[in-house]
Amino acid sequence: MRASAFLICFKGIATREVLRFFQQRERFLAALIRPLFWLLVFAAGFRAALGVSIIPPYETYITYEVYITPGLIGMIQLFNGMQSSLSMIYDREMGSMRVLMTSPMPRWFLLISKLLAGTAVSIIQVYVFLGIAFLFEIEAPAIGYLALLPVLVVTGLMLGALGMLLSATVRQLENFAGIMNFVIFPMFFLSSALYPLWKIGESSPLLRQICELNPFTYAVESIRFALYQQFNVTAFFVTAIAGVCFLLLAIKGYSPAKGMMQRKGPS
Amino acid sequence: MAGENSALEISSVSFAYTKTAKALDGVSFNVPRGRFTALLGPNGAGKSTLISLVTRLLGQTNGSICIDSRNIEKSPGDAMSRLGIVFQQPTLDLDLSVTQNLRYFAALHGMPGQLAEQRIDEELRRFNMLERRNEKVRRLNGGHRRRVEIARALLHQPAFLLLDEPSVGLDIPTREKIVEHVHTLSREKNIGVLWATHLIDEIRAEDDVVVLHQGKAIEKGPVPDILASTGFPTLGEAFNKLTGEAAP
Repeated sequence: MRASAFLICFKGIATREVLRFFQQRERFLAALIRPLFWLLVFAAGFRAALGVSIIPPYETYITYEVYITPGLIGMIQLFNGMQSSLSMIYDREMGSMRVLMTSPMPRWFLLISKLLAGTAVSIIQVYVFLGIAFLFEIEAPAIGYLALLPVLVVTGLMLGALGMLLSATVRQLENFAGIMNFVIFPMFFLSSALYPLWKIGESSPLLRQICELNPFTYAVESIRFALYQQFNVTAFFVTAIAGVCFLLLAIKGYSPAKGMMQRKGPS
Repeated sequence: MAGENSALEISSVSFAYTKTAKALDGVSFNVPRGRFTALLGPNGAGKSTLISLVTRLLGQTNGSICIDSRNIEKSPGDAMSRLGIVFQQPTLDLDLSVTQNLRYFAALHGMPGQLAEQRIDEELRRFNMLERRNEKVRRLNGGHRRRVEIARALLHQPAFLLLDEPSVGLDIPTREKIVEHVHTLSREKNIGVLWATHLIDEIRAEDDVVVLHQGKAIEKGPVPDILASTGFPTLGEAFNKLTGEAAP
């Protein structure tokens, strides 16, 4: 297969994902309203109750809205990954996933292309969210918005790969509600998205240890540091390694030998 | 029937979902280029399993499958680039236009933009769908969607066209038109066609037939040969005799 064919194929998959995203306006709105609600209602309410001391990467006292913003960026990417997972299960049940899987391109390439396209969509959502947050004076250093981009690619890929892995293991669309309960909420709440780990540790050392095992914590910290032009090596590499592991398992899950594209049973 | 002229060669393919029950048991047959072959079998005969193996949606466990002489396990990319497929379930993206759907498929085959546009025009013209190219698929009726799916399956000029019960849900005149069209395509473009169905009336006297029953290819060959070997005047009666089921 020629290199240009791979490029054409990737472009085709990315174009379709972006077209679908913009045609599903409700999805776009939901992706924005959810974190904005947290930022403008939840965080505003908790501002007085929760004080955040000076911790890296912050060099001064910050408001709770500023603290929570990286977690909400992670939330956007987490929900986007799960949304992609949902649409992959839906596409598989409706049949259109078969068109992708019967392409002559290697299956790993098709899955990675889909993942990259989904990540691009999540990054668009993040920057629109940051733009709205900026209007409410919740802002980061200007250069931080640029420094954030490569980190968003890695965190988006990790969370997208997690969604892809879940889609390879969930056999029916009806079971997706379970993902919401058992994956999204624990991942979000058992992380440093809403509270710093030291604060969680003050209340429960066990809870802090659980949070430290959660790859979403590292994604959020990567984002937090990048917004302030700092590079958190541990957070970045844990995120990247988790992403590679999820992706390899997802590729395995979609191999013909696993037969995920075929419902079990004779026909 | 075997050899270089085969669009599809299936040799001793078996498959089991569980250890106790085989969905396919030593199935072998060929689909020559330029011929229309009907894969006939009642529900549960193993047609969909066989199609999933040919399209690599399921992993093959034993036997071999070659598309246009390319083994699908050894050279999957090469083999799949010679396969055109129309699934039983509709697989078009309803929110995209006809052209957007076809462009997406062309991209999945690595087709450059200009060539893709040219082929899209050709195929839509062939199916009298050119004027509807910018319409969203959601607005098309079932027959038109099927036409678009067949046009899509031909974009990359496959050697072998596989259709899994493509007439399901269509009215009789539309069904007849599509059957006629695919017969013509097979002859004119020298494509080997495998048309999976459980409807006898979609098969013509000049077609080849493979009868699949309980996971085995119990009869195969041109319709007249099957009639001669079973001693029945119609394919429906022969099918009834072979499978013990009433012909649909």
